[in-house]
Amino acid sequence: MSQGKFALTINRKPVSVTADADKPLLWVLREELKMPGTKFGCGQGLCGACTVLLDGQAVRSCQTPVSAAAGHKVTTIEGASAVPQGAKLVEMWREIDVPQCGYCQAGQILSATALLLANPKPSDEEIDAGMNGNLCRCATYLRIRRAIRKAAGMADVTGDAA
Amino acid sequence: MSAVIDRRGFMAASLVGAGALAFEARIALAQDPGAVPLNAFIRIGADNKVTIGSKNPEIGQGIRTMLPMLIAEELDLSWDQVVIEPTLANDKIYGVQSAGGSNSTPNNWLPMRQVGAAARAMILSAAAKEWGVDASSLTTAVGKVSHAASGRSAPYAAFARGAATETAPDLAKVALKDPSRFTIIGQSKIGVDTVAITRGKPLFGIDVDMPGLIHGAIIKAPAHGATIASHDAGAALKRKGVIAVVPVNSNSVAPGKFDTLVVVADSWWTAKNAREAVKVTWNDAAQQGFSTQAYDKGAAEALAAGPQIAHAKNGDVAKALAGAAKTITADYSYPFLAHGTLEPQNCTGRWVDGKLEIWAPSQAPNNGRSDTAAMLGIKGEDITIHQTRIGGGFGRRLINDYMVMAGQVAKALPGRPVKILFDRTDDLRHDYYRPAGWHRFTAGLDAKGDLVAFRDHFVSFGKDGKPIRAAEMSPFEFPVNVLADSEIGITYLPTNLATGWLRAPTSNAVSFVYQSFMDEIAQAAGIDLPELMRRTLGAPRDLAVVPGRPVLHSGRARAVIDGVCKMAGWQGGKLAPGPKGEKRGRGFGFYFSHRGYFAEVVDITITDGANVRVDKVWACGDIGSQIINPINARHQVQGAVNEGLGQGMVEQKIEQVKGVVQAESFGDFPLIRIEQVPREIAVQFLKTDYPPTGLGEPSLPPVIPALANAIFAATGQRLRQLPLKLA
Repeated sequence: MSQGKFALTINRKPVSVTADADKPLLWVLREELKMPGTKFGCGQGLCGACTVLLDGQAVRSCQTPVSAAAGHKVTTIEGASAVPQGAKLVEMWREIDVPQCGYCQAGQILSATALLLANPKPSDEEIDAGMNGNLCRCATYLRIRRAIRKAAGMADVTGDAA
Repeated sequence: MSAVIDRRGFMAASLVGAGALAFEARIALAQDPGAVPLNAFIRIGADNKVTIGSKNPEIGQGIRTMLPMLIAEELDLSWDQVVIEPTLANDKIYGVQSAGGSNSTPNNWLPMRQVGAAARAMILSAAAKEWGVDASSLTTAVGKVSHAASGRSAPYAAFARGAATETAPDLAKVALKDPSRFTIIGQSKIGVDTVAITRGKPLFGIDVDMPGLIHGAIIKAPAHGATIASHDAGAALKRKGVIAVVPVNSNSVAPGKFDTLVVVADSWWTAKNAREAVKVTWNDAAQQGFSTQAYDKGAAEALAAGPQIAHAKNGDVAKALAGAAKTITADYSYPFLAHGTLEPQNCTGRWVDGKLEIWAPSQAPNNGRSDTAAMLGIKGEDITIHQTRIGGGFGRRLINDYMVMAGQVAKALPGRPVKILFDRTDDLRHDYYRPAGWHRFTAGLDAKGDLVAFRDHFVSFGKDGKPIRAAEMSPFEFPVNVLADSEIGITYLPTNLATGWLRAPTSNAVSFVYQSFMDEIAQAAGIDLPELMRRTLGAPRDLAVVPGRPVLHSGRARAVIDGVCKMAGWQGGKLAPGPKGEKRGRGFGFYFSHRGYFAEVVDITITDGANVRVDKVWACGDIGSQIINPINARHQVQGAVNEGLGQGMVEQKIEQVKGVVQAESFGDFPLIRIEQVPREIAVQFLKTDYPPTGLGEPSLPPVIPALANAIFAATGQRLRQLPLKLA
C-alpha cells in the first residue's frame, strides 16, 4: 500500500494527512484527525452511520478512500452547523429530541443536510427516499421526518396524533 | 444477568451505603475543586449546579436522563441546575446497574427518590443549624432553602459543606413527596446527551481514546464453540504497525481453550487488514452438523413425535378436544435473530500492576466484571469499569464477551491501553441470538364458541432437558393459565449457537404465535380477537398468582384492549379498499410482558399486489401510575413498534450452514428503514394505581401479531412464519 500525503478541506479548515491512499476517509477522520463524530457502523456502505458531505453531496466515508477525498471539501458532524441547513437541522434534532441511542444521528443529520441542499422543500416521499440509506436501529424515523420538515420550514406533522 | 432484580437487595446495598454513602462519594465523585459531595449520587457545586450521578447503562432507553429526574424531584431542584454524569460501574455502591428486563424503573422508582429526599433532609438540617431555627420551619424549592418567618433564603451551595457532615437519614424511612407536588417527574425532558450527539462529541465505547491507545481486530472461530487448533501469525507480525496477535477465550469455550485471535496494531484499519495474513486452523468437527436445514428437519420430526417434556398440564386436554364442537390446529415458527446494534461490539482495557481498567458499552457491566475477573484469575475489585454511552443494546450487551476479551489482551500487553472492535461481519456472526422456535397448536371451541381446550407443542433449543438462554417458555402463558383443560409440551433440539436476550426476550416471539393463533380461534368462533380476549380474560382479577413472577391482571389487560379499540375506532379487521382498489386490512394484538400491558392496532395496505405498507399504528399501554418522562415514553413505544414491524416485514433471519452463521452484512440481515415505517404511531397511556414499571420492552411484542392479523384481514392469507411473506 502506498503511503501518501493528502490535502483535504475539513469543515472549512485545510488539513494535511499522511496515510495509505486506500485508507477510508472514515478511519482517517477517526484515527488520524481524532474526529470521532463520524461513526463506523458497517464498513460496507449499507448503514449510513459514516455519512459525510463531499462538496455538499452525501457520501459514505467508509467507502471513500482518503485519496478520493483529497482536494475536496469535507463536512462532518463536527462542522454541520456551519452549513445553514445543517444548523437548522441540528436545532430541530435537539428541539424534538430525535436521538434514542444516538449512534446513527451524525449520519442522519449529514444525509438530511445534503437532502435540503439539493431540495429545500422535499415531499414526504422525497424525504423517505433521501434518508433511506441511513439505518436507525432504534427506529427514530418518525422524528427524523418531522425534524427535516420543521428544518425546511414546512408544516409540523408529529406522526403521533391519534 | 440476574433475570429478576431483587429490590430488597438494592435497598440493602443503599442502606449499607447510607453509613458509607458520604465516604464512598468522595472516592467516586469528588473531581471538581470546590464541589461538595453529599452522597454517592449527588455533588453540589459552588455555583449551585448540582451534579447527579446516573448509575445505569444508557442504550437509548433514556435511563441516564430519567434516574436523575427522580433524584432531582425529591431534592427540589430546578432541572436547569442539574448536571448529569454517568457513575462508575460498582454494584457495591450503586446496587444493580443493568439495562435489562425493563427493570430499571420498577427497581429505582423509590430508591432514587429516597436518595434525593435524604440529601434534601441533610441540607435542611445543615441550614437549620446555620440559621439557628427548627428544620421544620424551612422550605425548599428550585435549589434554595427558605425560612418564611425571617424572610431568609439561600442556595443549597451555602449549606453543602455542613450537609456533607450530617448523618444520612434512613433511606427507607425518609418522607417522599405526594405526586401532586411533582415539578420534574411527569414533565418532558430531552435526553441528557442529545446536544453532544448532535455535535459529534465522543460519548460511545468506540469513541474512547487516550494517549498510546492501540487497536485490536478479531478473528473468531467461524463456527460457534470451535477452538483454535493452530495458528501462524508470522506474516501478520511483519506488517508495518502490527504489534501482536493474542489468542483469547471469548468466554464461550472451556477454560484453557482459545476461540479467538486478536490482531493488535497501531490503528484498527491496520489490524483489520492484517487479519488476512494470519493462518489459523480450527477444531470444528463437532459443529459441522448444525444448520438451519437440520433444525427445520429436527423440528418437523419433533412435532410429529410429540413433546419430550410435559411443561404445563391442566385438566384433560385430550378429552376436552374430543368433546369440542370445533377444533383448530396450526403450526407456527420464527427464526434465530441477531441484534444488529449499530455500534459494533467493542471495549477498551488497560492493565497496570495487576489491575485492570475497563471502558465498556455494556448493559450489565458488573456481570462483565465477574466474568473478566474469573477469566483473568483476579479479584473483581481489581477491575475499575467506566460506563460509556451505548450505541444500541437490545439485549446484545447483556453478554460481556468483548470485556472478557479486552481484559485478556490488555493483560497480555501490560501498560498499553487497547481497544478491541468487531467489524460488521464479526458482529452479525458472533452474536448471542434470539433462538428460533416452532409451535404446534390445537384448540377446541364449545358449541357457544367459547375456548375450552388449548394445546401447544413448543420446539426450541436446549440441553439435558433444559432450555438454553432465552429459549424459555412460561408454563403460565395466557390462555393456558385460564383454561381448565390446557397444556404445553416441549421438545429441545441441540445447537452450537450461542443464544441470548433480544428486546422483550421470549415475548417478542411468543406474542406473535399466541396472538396470531388466537386470531385464528376468533375467526373460527365468528368473533374478533378483542372480543375473544375479553371473553377469555374474564372478570377483572389476578390470573394465576405465581410467586416471583409478574402477575397478569385481567382487568388491566381489558382496559388497554378497550382503550386501543377506542383510539382506532375498531370495528373488526375489514377496511375499505384504497383509492386504487388496493386491499387494506386491520389487525389487533395484545401482550403482557415485563409488567407492562399493551394492546395495538395496525392498519395496512397491500401495494403492487404483494407488498405490505403499514399506514398507521395505535398503541395503548398501562405501565402504572406515573409516566416519568412523557416525551421519552412516547419515543420508546414508537421505536419498539417500528422494531417489531421490522421483525415481521423485513427479511430478518439468521441462517446457518455447517455450524457457521451466514450473515455478513445489513444486506443479509436487513433492519427496517425509513421508507418502511408508518406515517403515524399514536400512543396513549392509561394511568392506574399500580407502581410505575418499565417501558423498554413491553410495547414491542403485540405489534408483530397485529401486523400478521392485519395481513390476514386484507388478503385472507394466514402467515404463520416470521419473517412474514405474502404468497
